[in-house]
Amino acid sequence: MSGMVFHPGHEELHGVTVVIDGSSGKSWVGRYHERTERGILLHDVSIHDPATALVPREAWLERLRKFGVKVDAKHVVVPEAEAVEVRRLGS
Amino acid sequence: MTYHEMMIKPMREEVTRLGVQELRTVAEVDAALAPGEGTVMVFVNSVCGCAAGGARPALSLALQHATKPQHLYTVFAGQDLDATARARSYFADYQPSSPSVAIMRDGEVLHFIHRHMIEGRPPQTLAADLVAAFDKYCAAEGVAKSE
Repeated sequence: MSGMVFHPGHEELHGVTVVIDGSSGKSWVGRYHERTERGILLHDVSIHDPATALVPREAWLERLRKFGVKVDAKHVVVPEAEAVEVRRLGS
Repeated sequence: MTYHEMMIKPMREEVTRLGVQELRTVAEVDAALAPGEGTVMVFVNSVCGCAAGGARPALSLALQHATKPQHLYTVFAGQDLDATARARSYFADYQPSSPSVAIMRDGEVLHFIHRHMIEGRPPQTLAADLVAAFDKYCAAEGVAKSE
C-alpha cells in the first residue's frame, strides 16, 4: 500500500496543498485538484483578502503552516487570469 | 464516505505491524490519550495515496530509531470517524488534516506534522523529521512500551 494512489493520471500537484497568489491581492491555500479552462479547482480552502483580513498575508500564511489550513470554503475555482503564482504551502 | 474495510485493512496493518496500537472507538481514544505518564504519538492514518502513501513508510523508518514516544497510537481518518474526531479533540488547536502526526505529553502538543508537511516528500526525509522530533521530545522518556 505504500505509495498507492487511488486517483492516478492527475497532475503532479493533485492532492497537494498549495498557495495561489492572486493578481487582485487575494490569496488562497487549499488542496489542488485540477486546472481547467475555468481555472484552478481547490478543495478545503483558506482565503486571505487584504481588504478584510485581520492580519497581513505573511502572518496568515505562517499561522496556516503551523496550525494547519482553516477551511473557509470547501471548494473554490481560482480563475486562470487571477492565478499569478502557484506553489506548495510546504515549500 | 467510507471505503470498504477490505481495501483499508492493508493500510491499517502497515501501521499496526510497527507496534502502533489502533484506536477505533471514542472509549479507546479517551483511555489512551487522557493525560498520563510519558510521551504519546498519534498517527492519523488515511487512504489518500498522495500523502499517506509516503507517511506510512516514513513512520516505519522512524520507528526503527532507538528513541521514540512511549505510547504509539493511530486512528484512521475518514474511516473510524468518531474515534478520529475524538483524537483530534486532544489537539484541537491544530486544524484537521490527514495523514498527520501529533507528539504529546500530558495533554500538551509538543510537535505536529500536518499533511502539507508530508505531501511530496520522500519517506526518508519525513522520517528524519520524525526522528529529530523523537530525539528532541522523547529522549528522556525511553522507548515505546508494548501496548
